[in-house]
Amino acid sequence: MNLAITTESLTKKFGAFTAVDAISLEVAQGEIFGFLGANGAGKTTAMRMLTGLSRPTSGRASVAGFDVSRQPEQIKRNIGYMSQKFSLYEDLTVKENIRFYGGIYGLSLKNIGIKTEQLLEELDLREVSKTPVKSLPLGWKQKLAFSISQVHDPAIVFLDEPTGGVDPITRRHFWELIYRAADKGRTVFVTTHYMDEAEYCDRISIMVDGKIAAMGSPSALKKEHQAPSINELFVRLARVTTAGLG
Amino acid sequence: MSPFFAFVKKETLHILRDPRTLVILLGMPIAQVILFGFAITNELNDVRVAIFDSAKDPVSMEISDRLTSSGFFQLSAETGKEEDLEGVFQHERVKLVVVFPPGFQERFYRNDNPQIQLIADATDPNTATTIVAYASAIIRQYEEEKKGSAALPYAIKTEVRMRYNEELKSVFLFVPGVITIILMLVSAMMTSIALTREKELGTMEVLLVSPLRPLVIVVGKVVPYIALGLIIMGIILGLATTVFQMPIRGSLGLLVAECLLFVSTSLSLGILISSRVKTQMVALLISLMALMLPTILLSGFIFPVENMPWLLQIISHIVPARWFIVIVKGIMLKGAGLEVLWEETLILVFMTIVLIGASIRSFKLRLE
Repeated sequence: MNLAITTESLTKKFGAFTAVDAISLEVAQGEIFGFLGANGAGKTTAMRMLTGLSRPTSGRASVAGFDVSRQPEQIKRNIGYMSQKFSLYEDLTVKENIRFYGGIYGLSLKNIGIKTEQLLEELDLREVSKTPVKSLPLGWKQKLAFSISQVHDPAIVFLDEPTGGVDPITRRHFWELIYRAADKGRTVFVTTHYMDEAEYCDRISIMVDGKIAAMGSPSALKKEHQAPSINELFVRLARVTTAGLG
Repeated sequence: MSPFFAFVKKETLHILRDPRTLVILLGMPIAQVILFGFAITNELNDVRVAIFDSAKDPVSMEISDRLTSSGFFQLSAETGKEEDLEGVFQHERVKLVVVFPPGFQERFYRNDNPQIQLIADATDPNTATTIVAYASAIIRQYEEEKKGSAALPYAIKTEVRMRYNEELKSVFLFVPGVITIILMLVSAMMTSIALTREKELGTMEVLLVSPLRPLVIVVGKVVPYIALGLIIMGIILGLATTVFQMPIRGSLGLLVAECLLFVSTSLSLGILISSRVKTQMVALLISLMALMLPTILLSGFIFPVENMPWLLQIISHIVPARWFIVIVKGIMLKGAGLEVLWEETLILVFMTIVLIGASIRSFKLRLE
């Protein structure tokens, strides 16, 4: 099994506060990995370390075969990233957005042209290719942002709450795109607050107070904790710490 | 396609897609240059004055004493030769030269058309008018005391020459001011807003996760605004030189170079602001309050720095525009070169280095 992401006791401290507390995980190539946790549990900090934006205080992590502490630049070249804000420029057209992101990832003009045609075709956006993104429906923007995040064919794509504020049908469509990407061998590392989405993942981890409280496939986790759903399990784990704090 | 070029292209598209802002940015300087026709005159004190006394007799010396002890003037040089005039204006920063012709005392007592020449630095026409009025009043008062009111009408004639701006055109004063304000506006305010916009929209995150280096992001972001600033400067200069016949007596190359220096100062201010705030609204407010107001009020553009209370005078030292306006006036109106303006230039260079250092540090801190 090829590993896309591995971490060993990955830790990030801000002064006396430990945001990420010695997490260890492994994500296989082509896997859809759900990274769950309540707000403030340390998901964002962990993701920032994995995407090369922030250096670990201690521990190790490797992404696409590169070390996060020593080779953040190589990591950036080999990953895609999409956030819940969709990260598109609203005043630029569909085509201009694709070309811009192709450009900043250093694609050649020829490749940008090929990629642009391919994306317009795949997403069925050819008719609106010269329309400013701001006048597209939310679902289209989301699909476009997802495809653009992989314009440079990265080995791994990080999705930070990609479906925030989107209706269930559009979310369902979006997950079809995720599956399609995974089928092509791309690793998908996704954070979400929707527990039904967690069930779609190959494996998930639930972060509580900077630590990984549970990790495994959704069905195995439910069996292990005798929980009827991931939602139930999530609430239970989060409640334990709240009680502990009190 | 190089990532940097892709970035600059995208940024240029942002500017072009927002025609309203573009119209304001291009239209405002034109309107300002045309509309600014009047200025506010204020009282003066401790104006640097040079005395060129070829008479050296009791009367000329007494008049000189009166001038320098009046509190309005401060003697900064006594020159001997007419050829020194230029040097006195350029190097001593003198605003007024008083010239006594040989044999002044004799003419004065014989009422034989005694003349004193007052040569004022009229780069700032309002100040020059006031200076000359004050000096003339002091001279008249002296004459009145010596000869009694019976001697009216006054015999000493003061001959006035307005140096550098013979016709006292106030547009000459406002053009450097408008250039300063627009460059500050485009460079500092627009870049701070443009950079904050990326943060607000969440696109900054994506840019930072991309292989683009933070420095490339910042430079790519500001390059189109530098170009825009220079285009606007060209429009103002074109308007000033054609419509108002304003001269550019010094080197145009030096003027452009100094403008680029000031643009860098402003840009680093804009980057510093954007690295500290989260929303475009806050960036706009801070730019207006902390940059535009001091640039307009404390730079000597509208109110002469010499007339400000001492506290404001001290504060005005940290306003980059204060130094830049002196440079622009010096080059355009006096034909001054670097040998005269090196001090102001060095101050701006120093400010820029400090600000760039601070903004890079601030940008990096934010990344962590």
